[in-house]
Amino acid sequence: MNERARRLLEIADDELVLGWRDSEWTGIAPFLEEDVAFSSIAQNEIGHARALYELAARELGTTADALAFDRDPSEYRCAPLCELRRLEWARTVARHWLYETADELRLEALKASDDAEVAGLAAKIDREEAYHRMHAEMWIDRLLATDEGREKLEEAVGELWPYALGVLDEELRPPFAERVRAKLPFEVPEAEPVTREQHSEELRELWEEMTMVRRSVPGATW
Amino acid sequence: MIYEVFRQERKGQAFQHAGSFEAPDLAFAETYAKEFYGRRGESQALWVVPRDAIVPVGEFVDELERNYHRVDGYSIKAKLKEARERAGTSSA
Repeated sequence: MNERARRLLEIADDELVLGWRDSEWTGIAPFLEEDVAFSSIAQNEIGHARALYELAARELGTTADALAFDRDPSEYRCAPLCELRRLEWARTVARHWLYETADELRLEALKASDDAEVAGLAAKIDREEAYHRMHAEMWIDRLLATDEGREKLEEAVGELWPYALGVLDEELRPPFAERVRAKLPFEVPEAEPVTREQHSEELRELWEEMTMVRRSVPGATW
Repeated sequence: MIYEVFRQERKGQAFQHAGSFEAPDLAFAETYAKEFYGRRGESQALWVVPRDAIVPVGEFVDELERNYHRVDGYSIKAKLKEARERAGTSSA
């Protein structure tokens, strides 16, 4: 697999798996309005994944569905940050914001790419991500507004920070850390990144569920 | 806090009530308004208003049944036609 397809799959897998994790809040988010908003963000992420898979699929001579569902969990390129099952709101908000902040840097780089197809898709995706960033920022501000929220956020960021660093390539980590530290009023310690190769057990469980229908009737379309 | 949302479909059109939702503050209200009423290209502008800011007016007394005040009181079409004929002006 060439570098371009590998890069596209990394981002597509991030978006698919995170979209899937975010969708686990559907029906049980802290309040109705947030339920609708967060479910819709999850849906957007999966939409971005589809567009990226389609681009990769053309290059690899396969289909977006095959890339999304027919690979073994060990072949997925997603960052472990996206895989973690964190059904607790402060952690969900922390991950959402850390991911969007990292994704913004990644998209900025892709938009400047010489590859017109990739740059064009990145620009399209970024227009939707701007809304996700606004949503994530507003939740961070909300948590930071009270002692209880701030403590929960600090704990969540402390736990997720090594994973968050693993979303980006080495050269984008310093500007990422700078943006994160500029926003948060507490210390974000140095950490060893948990990189894409270090999948968690939670990915396999998610994969079992995510591909269940696809595997039940191989080759079916709907 | 409950917010009422009015949306404008196209430039120049009147804003129409779109619905309402609950949000903890204005930042959330703005985000949710975009999410619920703007994300699918169905609006070109929104007004987000705290429900408390709305002055409800609902009692309209018409004891003497002065139906000429109402739009259904009489047909203006026939009267307009007569008046035009008298004045010698066309409807164009």
